[in-house]
Amino acid sequence: MTDRKIRVLVAKPGLDGHDRGAKTVASALRDYGMEVIYTGLHQTPEAIAEIAAQEDVDVVGLSILSGAHMTLFPRVREELVKRDMAHVVLTGGGIIPSDDMLELEKQGYAKLFGPGTHTEEIAKWIQAEMQRRFAAEARS
Amino acid sequence: MSEGLRIAERLLAGDRTALARLISWAENGDSRFRAAHAAFYGRVGRARRIGITGPPGAGKSTLVNELARVLRGQQKTVGILAVDPTSPISGGALLGDRIRMESRTLDPGVFIRSMASRESHGGLARAAVDACDAMDAFGFDVILLETVGVGQAEYDVVGAADSVLVVLCPGAGDGIQAMKAGLLEVADVLVVNKCDLDGADRLQNDLSEAVHVRFTKRAWTPPIVAVSAGKSFGVEELVQEVERHFAHLEAADLALSRRSKRVQHVENVVDERLHRLLWRDRGWRAHVERELARTVSPYEVAEGVLAELTARLSAGPSMSPVDRKVSTP
Ligand code: B12
Ligand SMILES: Nc1nc2c(ncn2[C@@H]2O[C@H](COP(=O)(O)OP(=O)(O)OP(=O)(O)O)[C@@H](O)[C@H]2O)c(=O)[nH]1
Ligand SMILES: [Mg+2]
Repeated sequence: MTDRKIRVLVAKPGLDGHDRGAKTVASALRDYGMEVIYTGLHQTPEAIAEIAAQEDVDVVGLSILSGAHMTLFPRVREELVKRDMAHVVLTGGGIIPSDDMLELEKQGYAKLFGPGTHTEEIAKWIQAEMQRRFAAEARS
Repeated sequence: MSEGLRIAERLLAGDRTALARLISWAENGDSRFRAAHAAFYGRVGRARRIGITGPPGAGKSTLVNELARVLRGQQKTVGILAVDPTSPISGGALLGDRIRMESRTLDPGVFIRSMASRESHGGLARAAVDACDAMDAFGFDVILLETVGVGQAEYDVVGAADSVLVVLCPGAGDGIQAMKAGLLEVADVLVVNKCDLDGADRLQNDLSEAVHVRFTKRAWTPPIVAVSAGKSFGVEELVQEVERHFAHLEAADLALSRRSKRVQHVENVVDERLHRLLWRDRGWRAHVERELARTVSPYEVAEGVLAELTARLSAGPSMSPVDRKVSTP
């Protein structure tokens, strides 16, 4: 399918008001040819999953700098699974200690990115991940 | 059963995941959408389609959210399709309309989908009508269709909606600009949004003069409604005016109006497929490049292409349209 574009939801769960990173990543992904939906601040896990489902996105990326990631990230995943969206690529970033990153990766988050990451690295990673999935879909 | 048929059944059974996936297939030109569309098309036609257009920042998304609020108050279910522009350089897009519709995210009677305009230049996306059809068959009572912020010549919404709301606001991009842009002519209802701001009265007066001059010979004169979507003011009245327009359509010939829009849609589909066939899938682009390299003028090259295409079209009987009985929904 030549027309296929990568659709990404960039979401800010919880009460965290740091949105610079989320906006930076959202516009960078746009510049790499993706279609990006940004939720705005203060979203519940339920709302994030509902938006992901209605928009049929390929990727859900969460941004948290407040320290609440260990409760919010798993909750978002749960809500996604409830809505038959377990297949999306889960990613994210913010202030997340490396131990927590490892734990979240075990729980189904494909990869998380910390402060100072080049947005190019994030975009290229998503592209590679999606290429693998599109290829797998085409084979099946 | 084919995948297309299966998903059509799920759609008709009220499965929102199926609706979301069908819209993606439509956007991606996936052949499974066409199979599904044929299967659910019998159920298309019940929803009222309201187009919301106007210059960037006029308050279209905020107004869509307000319209949804009022319609939900009337127990109507609402499907929303919001189109935002694709960047011509990267091909990507930031789809920001639904940020203004946050209060409807978890409403089970509302479904919101964002769509990038991609290769379309008419203010919508190629798949917009398909997406509306899918929402219609799903069973929404009303479909709200927001265009990208339009400038001078993006009127695709006319072919996609029963009623077109043109949203303007005081200040930037003034009423005069809208008249020049011809936006006025496609309006079924004119909305002066942000009437909480200075200049709204003047805009309303300008518009009413312009309407007076231009619409004397038409059966329907667009009413001018002042609202403040931001302050939830005047939206109930606006919904009443839209109702009135729909009643006017029904009294005239709604089926006829819709059928002529369908004809336009079919033309678009054929144009697009031909375009793709010619310039993308077959080697015509390379042919044109070679010809131009021989310093043949563009018109000569074009004549050559057309002559050859015409010859091929008339060569095989399989290329001419077959006469079939068609029933219209
Ligand atoms: C700027 C800033 C603010 C600004 C925020 C402005 C804004 N609108 O964003 C202001 C001044 C408002 C602010 C306020 C606060 N802040 Co502050 N803030 C920062 C600071 C200095 C930089 C954050 C930033 O914008 N970075 C630039 C962006 C581009 O980077 P980024 O967000 O990290 O994003 C990158 C990656 O993380 C990743 N990424 C991020 N999101 C996503 C999403 C996806 C999908 C992907 C793939 C990748 C990804 O990619 C990005 C690009 O590299 C950080 C310190 C730091 N060095 O991070 C503290 C920091 C985040 N703040 C902190 C705190 C405590 C606060 C306050 C609570 C302070 C207070 N007591 O009032 C308030 C809370 C505000 C609120 N309502 O939540 C702490 C958080 C501590 C923690 N998590 O344990 C930090 C870490 C400072 C510190 N060392 O203590 N803050
Ligand atoms: N004062 C005032 N501001 C409003 C009103 N309605 C919308 N706005 C503001 O106008 C800005 C643009 O609103 P949107 O609803 O995003 O406008 P839009 O027409 O959808 O914009 P695009 O989709 O980008 O073309 C926002 O900052 C709104 O808060 C209103 O009635 N009064
Ligand atoms: Mg908008």
